[in-house]
Amino acid sequence: MTKDLVGIKEMSKEDIEHVLLTATSFKDVLKRDIKKVPALRGKTVVNLFFEPSTRTKTSFELAEKRLSTDVLNFSVPMSSVVKGETLYDTVKTIEAYGVDFIVIRHASSGVPHFIARNVSTSVINAGDGINEHPTQALLDAFSIMEKRGTLDGLKIAIVGDILHSRVAKSNIYLLSKFNTSIRLIGPPTLIPEVGDYGVEVFFDMDKGLKDIDVVMMLRIQTERQSRGFFPSSREYSKYWGMDMKRLNLTGNNTIVMHPGPMNRGIEIASDVADSSRSVVLDQVTNGIAVRMAVMYLLAGNGKK
Amino acid sequence: MEKNKGLLIKDGHIIDPSQGINGIGDILIEGGTIAAIDLKNGKRDRTGEKKIDNAAYGLKGLPDLQTIDAAGLYVLPGLVDLHTHLREPGYEHKETIRTGTMAAVRGGFTSVCPMPNTNPVNDNPTVTAFIIKKAVEEGFCSVYPVGAITKGQRGEELAEMGLMYDSGCRAFSDDGRPVMSSIVMRRALEYSRTFNVPIISHCEDLALTDNGLMNEGILSTTLGLKGVPSAAEEVMVARDIILCELTGGRLHIAHVSTEGSVRLIRQAKERGIRVTAETCPHYFSITEDAVKVYNTNAKVTPPLRAEKDLEAIKRGLQDGTIDVIATDHAPHHRDEKLQEFDKSPSGISGLETALSLGLRLVEEGVLTLEALAGKMAFNPARIVGIDKGTLRPGSDGDVTIIDSKREVTIDATVFASLGKNTPFDSWKLKGIPVITIVRGKIAFSVERTAFSEGRGIYE
Repeated sequence: MTKDLVGIKEMSKEDIEHVLLTATSFKDVLKRDIKKVPALRGKTVVNLFFEPSTRTKTSFELAEKRLSTDVLNFSVPMSSVVKGETLYDTVKTIEAYGVDFIVIRHASSGVPHFIARNVSTSVINAGDGINEHPTQALLDAFSIMEKRGTLDGLKIAIVGDILHSRVAKSNIYLLSKFNTSIRLIGPPTLIPEVGDYGVEVFFDMDKGLKDIDVVMMLRIQTERQSRGFFPSSREYSKYWGMDMKRLNLTGNNTIVMHPGPMNRGIEIASDVADSSRSVVLDQVTNGIAVRMAVMYLLAGNGKK
Repeated sequence: MEKNKGLLIKDGHIIDPSQGINGIGDILIEGGTIAAIDLKNGKRDRTGEKKIDNAAYGLKGLPDLQTIDAAGLYVLPGLVDLHTHLREPGYEHKETIRTGTMAAVRGGFTSVCPMPNTNPVNDNPTVTAFIIKKAVEEGFCSVYPVGAITKGQRGEELAEMGLMYDSGCRAFSDDGRPVMSSIVMRRALEYSRTFNVPIISHCEDLALTDNGLMNEGILSTTLGLKGVPSAAEEVMVARDIILCELTGGRLHIAHVSTEGSVRLIRQAKERGIRVTAETCPHYFSITEDAVKVYNTNAKVTPPLRAEKDLEAIKRGLQDGTIDVIATDHAPHHRDEKLQEFDKSPSGISGLETALSLGLRLVEEGVLTLEALAGKMAFNPARIVGIDKGTLRPGSDGDVTIIDSKREVTIDATVFASLGKNTPFDSWKLKGIPVITIVRGKIAFSVERTAFSEGRGIYE
């Protein structure tokens, strides 16, 4: 792997496989009584979160602590950013502290690339705007492989607000590198131009779910309603929400995923979310293992 | 250099579409104006009684005469930029009238038309007078300000067009912003007829732009940057053409970037509507690919488009649908571009690369050099009604001498402009302006070997 993990787009299939394989070992560590390894002792990580995040930030922080790194949480409301400091100066300052990793979450697409270009520190993208969320795609792939043994040959549907979803983008890039068929399902207002991505687009969820092995549900942001992307939550739920009736249109082994936090009753019904087909909580656990693997590999290869 | 010293440009290849001149000859400039043109081969001699007597004007005969040997070079009317941002007053950290006009003459331009989105906005005769005063005191070329259409460029009430016209504005535009209200645009096109001035329209439906950052398409999906559809430009081009027809005003469409806009303008011209249009070098030289990977120097409004648009722009230039190549020179400070992509301001510093990029079109066979001179000198001058862009005797002695064979590597660090924001940095181009003459005086010249090293000589 290179110095940074800015996106799945920039990763090779071999890099991805390497992360997934390494994550298997770290998952074993997480099953132990003592869940901490000294792998990255002496390394320092700054979690630089410019957007509110509980799940991703907690997952990264746990991964960092279980690798024995020293962790700094850069809290934006208390920082110089509110005093008008530019992002450039903020990250150059962090670089000067001599840290080894910057984990960055930012509302603007391309910020991880911008930081990676300007500092020698390893940069890990924890979600940038509507561009990518690479560690989510990696943990999703890991979770699918855990359940199905392989990615190859699988039919995977991604349902919801594809247009604004960095999770969907990273998943599309990742799954495209493997022998999978990808279907995007959602209202036309929330499906971007996908050109030569090699995906199928369905506006009709029932048709799109036929013969599917994996369904990835996306969180629908309620503010999209006021911007005219769909008329109401109940209408959205009727046409693009996942419930047991719809899940039964698919195969018996079909698994349902969701990156969280879920809007129960809107994009996913509780009976599905809490069913044995749901792997939502496995995704949470696997997120820690995958993020440990990413940092471990970047530390090994990216740094001199 | 003394004021009234004569200037003789000898043996250059003179291109002047305003007089249909395309041949080797001499040009004499006296008292700041074109005195005579003498073409070799007896093909054309438009100078009437005042034929240049080379013996009489030899260096011995007239010690005050400066001679430029232009053999092997092209001699064009001084270029006119219809769309420039000089940033002064208000944004002197981005550019000043002094540095902007230095960049102009370094790029071969002898006249520029600065847009009104300064601070304060050029929406009243006091600001217009300030710009002109500064230009006279510190400028390197002629400056014809563009006044705002509406007060504060807010798109609500008409600005004092008449008073600004009297102070020197030669066109009106809310550039940087569209006039979103159709009734305000209608009134502007109607009212401007009093002074027979063009309304330059920044065509952008802000509702459709919806804070988009780059061209909408597969690449905007891939980069996760919100897209701006071509329709955001085209619906306003269509609206303004319809309003132009309704009012009989003079409409000039700024920075055309899409295939659909070219089609709409072509149709309007075929129907005899008084519309003119410009594009900019970046729209016929590069596509949205330049935005990869989050290159803020390629962030511009309207955004860089797709290959099909670039091809359509070239066809539009070729068939005359697009009358003008303007720079939309939009300098920004380095710190402003060194930011998150969505925070970075839009714009390209264009004065110092425009001619070389235009010459690529000549090299590719899209335009003849005569047509290029039309689009970069004569047509823009005609649109704003100034006696520029021509070598007709009696006109201002504005001349651009071009070495079309000279190769250059673009180096933003040596730009005269304070704005180093260009997506063309390190591009290798062929053909540069080597001498720029403003009202009979050499405003810029470049040593034949030192273009990329130095900024040249300003007098």
